Amino acid sequence: MSTAGPGATRLAQWLRVASPIGVGVLMLVAWALYVEFGNAPRMLPSPIAVGEEFGLRWGIIWDDMVITATNALIGLTVGAILAVVLAGLAAAWRPIDGMLAPLVAALAVIPIVAITPILNTMFGASSQFGRQAVAMIAAFIPVFVNVLRGLRQTKPVHRDLMRASAASSGQTFRMLTLPTAMPYLMTGLRVAASLAVIAALVAEYFGGPSDGIGTSIATYAKSGRAALAWAYVGGGILIGLVFFLITAFLERLVARHAPG
Amino acid sequence: MTADLAVKAAGVGKVFDTKAGDVIALTGVDLEVRAGEFVSLIGPSGCGKSTLLRLIADLDEATSGELTIFGKPARRARIDQDYGIAFQQAGLLPWRTVGANIALPLELHKVAKAEREARVAELAELVGLTEFVDRYPDQLSGGMQQRVAIARALAARPKLLLMDEPFGALDEMTREYLQSELTRIATETGAAVVFVTHSIPEAVFLSDRVVVMSPRPGRITDVIEIGLGEVRDESLRENPVYFEKVTAVREALHGVKVERANER
Repeated sequence: MSTAGPGATRLAQWLRVASPIGVGVLMLVAWALYVEFGNAPRMLPSPIAVGEEFGLRWGIIWDDMVITATNALIGLTVGAILAVVLAGLAAAWRPIDGMLAPLVAALAVIPIVAITPILNTMFGASSQFGRQAVAMIAAFIPVFVNVLRGLRQTKPVHRDLMRASAASSGQTFRMLTLPTAMPYLMTGLRVAASLAVIAALVAEYFGGPSDGIGTSIATYAKSGRAALAWAYVGGGILIGLVFFLITAFLERLVARHAPG
Repeated sequence: MTADLAVKAAGVGKVFDTKAGDVIALTGVDLEVRAGEFVSLIGPSGCGKSTLLRLIADLDEATSGELTIFGKPARRARIDQDYGIAFQQAGLLPWRTVGANIALPLELHKVAKAEREARVAELAELVGLTEFVDRYPDQLSGGMQQRVAIARALAARPKLLLMDEPFGALDEMTREYLQSELTRIATETGAAVVFVTHSIPEAVFLSDRVVVMSPRPGRITDVIEIGLGEVRDESLRENPVYFEKVTAVREALHGVKVERANER
């Protein structure tokens, strides 16, 4: 490995960035050629048309992106806070864990978006609350599961050390248990961020106010404006990407000197 | 009188409740460690040497007998930080720098920042890691990590140092180097040391006295005075008196086995 030298590593790094871009460009070219010369369905416009529409309608796409992203962010934040608090209680107190474990398992197997029509009817067609609630439930599960596991990862030698140093239980929690669980929280958040965006977006297909990325995709797809519908899909991808990149960056930051 | 004793154990025993029934880990342990004395506990696995150390540290509670540290019950001594402890694993907190790891016991007892920093600098110097205080544990070798752990154990200026096979996971070279360092540190700080090991040469090289233990049930079977004097340097490892003591400990440890080997 070391005989390869720094030149080879730089080449490998370069390839790691370049190869997925290359594949992406190739796919776009194949797509464009297929639309141009092949027998493409009417709802599949050329990527160039989609790109043009994206640039032209950026203003309204952005407004809808803000709606969906805000719903996802509120859901993610509230869901994560709730998950951390409940995981903390479950880790500290066995009976709470026993009470919560089956509930979380049940929650994890329900297709959350399936309850959206009920929530939308409950809170009215003009309220974003149903969508935010769906994003919250989707985000809650991975954060809860990961944090609960993280809070139980303290090593015996570290626990002995804290006891031998006569640390109070509060100090032990703050200086050992919490930092040990941090990387787990970050992993949970990264998974939850993508889920929250997907949940907030898909929830829009089941009613509620007539705004947001999901609503727009559905509207323009139905009215046959294929390029604009695809441009909105691009907007949805952008939201997901931003959420993922921020949480992945946070995760890497925390994991630098993680235990193990 | 008793205040001069770092550790005094009288008839100390420990029984663990397990699913398979009670396991006697230690029975009838009588041991006195004077202030400033270096005592090693040696014996095969299961002899209760680590258990005894954990009882002294109040990480576990004795089921019988009386155990006092500087004349106080073990629990009081732990809360008063009368001892520092180092384990086989360095047990450094990976998210803290070397300096912050050394300062942990001081931070837990609300020592002011300026004083903490001064003490960390002093300790880093003592264990030869001054240039590494801003590094993280994962950037250090095993031997360096163990030196950080020793510095941390000394942070609150304890008069008793408890060590549970601290060099057990290190290579022979590093091990011998750290042994010499430890004798120097112990002399400089004047702290008593209770040192658990399964290495005979290590026990002889380091100790004023070696306590030999035996399993099933864990108990003390012999105490051997080493008396090699204050200075422990590398030449000692080739000294005939050192070899004599190594043999004495080995015989105490294996008893019959060594005699049989001699007969052949």
